[in-house]
Amino acid sequence: MKQKSREALSGYAFMTPAIVILGVFLALPVIYAIVLSFYRVQLLGEVDFRFAGLRNFIRIQDDERVWIALANTIQYVAIVVPIQTILALVLALLLNAKIRGRSWFRVAFFLPTVTSSAVLTLIFMWIYNSNGLLNNFLDAVGLPTYNWLGDPQVALKGIMLMNIWATAPLFMVIYLAALQDIPESLYEAASIDGATTWEKFWCITLPFLKPVTFFVITIGIIGTFQLFDQSYIFSNGSGGPDNATLTIVLLIYQYAFNRLDMGYALALTLILALVIMLATLIQRYFFREESLD
Amino acid sequence: MLKTNTVRWWIWLMYGGLIIYAIVTFIPFLWALSASFKPLSEISASGGNFIPQEFTLENYKAIFAQEPLFGRWLFNSAIVAIFVTLFNLLFNSMAGYALARIQFPGNRLFFFLVLAVLVVPAQITLLPKFLILKFLGWLNSYQGLVVPTVVNATFIFMMRQFFVNFPKELEEAAQLDGLNRFETFFQIVLPLAKPALAAQTIFIFMSSWNDFLLPLVVMSNPEMFTLPIGLNAFKGQYITYWNYIMAASMVFTLPALIIYAFFNRYFIQGVTFTGGKS
Repeated sequence: MKQKSREALSGYAFMTPAIVILGVFLALPVIYAIVLSFYRVQLLGEVDFRFAGLRNFIRIQDDERVWIALANTIQYVAIVVPIQTILALVLALLLNAKIRGRSWFRVAFFLPTVTSSAVLTLIFMWIYNSNGLLNNFLDAVGLPTYNWLGDPQVALKGIMLMNIWATAPLFMVIYLAALQDIPESLYEAASIDGATTWEKFWCITLPFLKPVTFFVITIGIIGTFQLFDQSYIFSNGSGGPDNATLTIVLLIYQYAFNRLDMGYALALTLILALVIMLATLIQRYFFREESLD
Repeated sequence: MLKTNTVRWWIWLMYGGLIIYAIVTFIPFLWALSASFKPLSEISASGGNFIPQEFTLENYKAIFAQEPLFGRWLFNSAIVAIFVTLFNLLFNSMAGYALARIQFPGNRLFFFLVLAVLVVPAQITLLPKFLILKFLGWLNSYQGLVVPTVVNATFIFMMRQFFVNFPKELEEAAQLDGLNRFETFFQIVLPLAKPALAAQTIFIFMSSWNDFLLPLVVMSNPEMFTLPIGLNAFKGQYITYWNYIMAASMVFTLPALIIYAFFNRYFIQGVTFTGGKS
């Protein structure tokens, strides 16, 4: 009995840092976020709370910038997630073939994943700038140059391109790990039955990769919905040009720290969380449907 | 496999694809690196060449001289990333070990809670975290950045999976020798967990070193900026001085690259670990 309680005591001792930190900086904030979204929270020196009922949520309806930010973010997710997932899969399939220099390629492809988003954004802003590499290249092959940074039509696409390039290698490695778990005997059996390479890919590889694909898409959706660093640095925090790079998290930041309106920003945060959860659920539903046949 | 000509043809296509992708990966970095060694006049003139015509180290000297806080930002980033990494290694391993090996009431509940925490989007907690830090008087302080991030649920989960598959015999032998849980953990178990710790080191260090949003919110005093925030402020002041910005970017990237090169093996293993578990 004494042994047992000593064991329990050491268990709690081992858990204490985790419990305290996750409690104070994770569980408490989630509860706090839900409660405060029903308050008017002003952040002028001292924090001032006033109960506001549903007013923060009602305000969202008439806030044009929320809808712009939501549209930008959804467009971003809808374009970036499929492209980066397919690119990651293709790269993984290439690297999974028995070729020389595999590990070298892996290391090389990983470079953007290790580099900070701040540095990547600066490098790409420089590539896109009127005197940058992209225009130099266009000029060299005789095409017209362009003001890539200033055009609202292309600003968000520039960030998309950068993010696909930077994130695909991470997912590539996850796919690579999964590919190595597929038993070789399945392919051998299929070969004996006369299956072509394409048939093997379609009937063995792809079904096997389904759980990993679910993971990659889920992480991809969550990550892209939270786009902030790139937009912030790209537009100096404004979300410009002409709101083209305004994302939900950037809008939340602006309301909380430029307009010092925490309650409203928290209401927006809850909406974002809801949208993320909904997107993951829809995604899961489609994967379930497919696995039925 | 490599018998017919058609197979050969595929192999060449694969190599071609991989090499082109490697070039696409490297070009932005090479161009940025080369710009950091060019005088501004050369950059403004054309900037299209990858090898500087006039190689100079002036940009690197200038960023430290013209922005006296640059060295401070580097120091801040290093201090925060090092402490965050060390605490994470210790605390996540302890919690993971307890969840995997120690019988205590609530063990399953805590494991369930750790799993639940994994699905909470980080942004939800950002603003309340700011209010809590403000309440604690920890804005513009190192502890404001370090303390909220010293525990990571993902790696508690990872360490638990690692310790579950760990051979029990060693611990039992240690306990027969009269070591208690703490001694067993620190003297026997932790030293054998090196691969898992290395993977964790690289992930935690990178995310702390590269983090933008939390330092942006917590630090408003320029002296307390970390490099990503400093770099952004720097960009604001020197937007046309791409030579300085690129030199500063390279200084920022180097430590991460060194850590990555050093732990590269474990990095891939670590990704494998998280990927394979879902």
